[in-house]
Amino acid sequence: MYTILFEIRESLLIALRAIRANKMRSILTMLGIFIGVTVVVLMSTAIKGIDNAFQTGMSALGSDVLYIDKWAWFEHDEWWKMRNRRRIDMNDFYAFKEQAKLPLAVAPVINSRQTVKFGDNRIENVFLNGSNSDYVQTTNFTFSMGRFYSEIESNSARHVAVIGSDVSNTLFPRGDALDKEIKIGGVNFRVVGVLDEQGSWILGNFNPDKQVFIPIGTIFKNFQNQSFGTITINVRAANPLLLEETKIEAEGIMRKIRGLTFNEENDFSINQQEGLASQIDQTVGVIQFVGFFITGLSLFVGAVGIMNIMFVSVKERTKEIGVRKAIGAKRRTILGQFLFESSTICLAGGLVGLIAALLLSKIVNQFLPTSVQWDAVVIAIVVSLITGLIAGIAPAYTAAKLDPVEALRYE
Amino acid sequence: MNIINIEHIAKVYQVGFEEVHALRDVSIRIDKNEYVAIMGPSGSGKSTLMNVLGCLDTPTSGKYDFNNQNVSEMNDNQLAKIRNKEIGFVFQTFNLLPRSDALHNVELPLIYAGVPTAERKERAKQALIDVGLENRIHHKPNELSGGQRQRVAIARALVTNPSIILADEPTGNLDSKTGEEIMLLFNEIHCKGNTIILVTHEEYIAEHAARIVRLKDGLVESDEKVLNRYIPKLNSANVN
Repeated sequence: MYTILFEIRESLLIALRAIRANKMRSILTMLGIFIGVTVVVLMSTAIKGIDNAFQTGMSALGSDVLYIDKWAWFEHDEWWKMRNRRRIDMNDFYAFKEQAKLPLAVAPVINSRQTVKFGDNRIENVFLNGSNSDYVQTTNFTFSMGRFYSEIESNSARHVAVIGSDVSNTLFPRGDALDKEIKIGGVNFRVVGVLDEQGSWILGNFNPDKQVFIPIGTIFKNFQNQSFGTITINVRAANPLLLEETKIEAEGIMRKIRGLTFNEENDFSINQQEGLASQIDQTVGVIQFVGFFITGLSLFVGAVGIMNIMFVSVKERTKEIGVRKAIGAKRRTILGQFLFESSTICLAGGLVGLIAALLLSKIVNQFLPTSVQWDAVVIAIVVSLITGLIAGIAPAYTAAKLDPVEALRYE
Repeated sequence: MNIINIEHIAKVYQVGFEEVHALRDVSIRIDKNEYVAIMGPSGSGKSTLMNVLGCLDTPTSGKYDFNNQNVSEMNDNQLAKIRNKEIGFVFQTFNLLPRSDALHNVELPLIYAGVPTAERKERAKQALIDVGLENRIHHKPNELSGGQRQRVAIARALVTNPSIILADEPTGNLDSKTGEEIMLLFNEIHCKGNTIILVTHEEYIAEHAARIVRLKDGLVESDEKVLNRYIPKLNSANVN
């Protein structure tokens, strides 16, 4: 046992000596693994960061909310069928609210995109939501200032607005938005509340912080013709466990309201955040696969490079191997020396790559959310070590079985 | 007592389709504390004999006893162990590790022998002092003269206290004055009780030995004592 430990230690020391003696070559070899590991770790960090951003964005939507809509959000197969569905209007909403017993809150929502101005400051393409005062209960909103509009303001269609953090920051850089009169699409509204930032980055063109919420009456009056627009009914279950029952109840009520007979298909869709979640999971899955494939490839190229350099190194040190054998190095000693050399180079490259990736992820964090994955860190270290062993094994074996007489004669 | 006892050794190489008989039938006995020179023109088989004696190569047929161990039937690992513990090599081209200092070069065989760090550093240092290199311990080969390099190599050969020193043209790459100093060192080593086998093709180098074995075409041509052996003068030893 002691002898084996001794041999391992000595092989390691000899390998370190050889690495130090050939600094340039060792550094160039490390570069391959360094790049591979940096990219892998950075990749996993970014992917996890994006995933986390999705999750944050999703939790803002609320996992226990149903969205009754003319359109199915996550199925595009029967678009032509859904196109011909009747629109959902405010009468459907009133009837639904009257009959539904399970929901915690029910709110009608209709959207528009408008430019919002305050003085010389303007923000374009803002997502404008019209709803009633119950809307806030279907969300997880928190307020940095003020409040949501009240039931009275909602019912009497007052010109009041709750604005998202991006809108507030653009129009009111000094953060004094409350009670100011802003112009939405040319119409005056008074700011009664500002939302906390919800995480401004999410897939696609939807930015949850670039929204404005106004009473649904005012949106019909100013931006949408009530007799054309189709609304979404947001239904929040009393708790996530009741979501399924709430959905069944909602489907029954909607069928009744719409006067569907038993053999007719639903002419509405009940959407859930889950649909979005599975779509996001798919997207992230694809990104992950492509990412790891490409970065895996770069690690592989690095490994081939190391193998190549180790072969050259064996060739170049043929005489040295001969001398070592002449003075008593066994096959396994030579094998160990070269294996240790390649795996030490790879491990060092991997560790430096890891540090670089962690530093870079801090920079990338300025543009994209990142989140360091400790399992990826461990995997990166293990992978670089294994790469070193695999890349080293063939050259090391070649070195170990060299004939000492031939090797000594080599010039 | 015989240290080396080879009987009817032959070595055949396959070169392409041709068989080359490097050694045909060689029998030699070498006793403890002998100083033997092996001579012969190129192609006589002296390098092959040296490789066989040094356990770097195994004979095709015949028997080789080294310290009463049958070397001709050993495997690679056992041969490595014999080379490590029993044989000290000195080469014409020194064969030091170019990027390691003198101390590391000398301690290398002790590493392979499994000697603990502190002890082997001490022994390596002592071996360097013994060959007169106490001021060159941390010099790398390219910072040393030819003679000093060969001294490092000799220290490396001696550090394991081997049964034999096997020197292959040890003065071949040195000028005659430095060569003479090295031969003086060998003489000293011999006087301390070591067994030396010297492979050379130069008569005046061979005459430092007490016995000369001449090879020709893979056979022993002659094996006789040196009558007027050349003993280097000690006063030239102080020149380093």
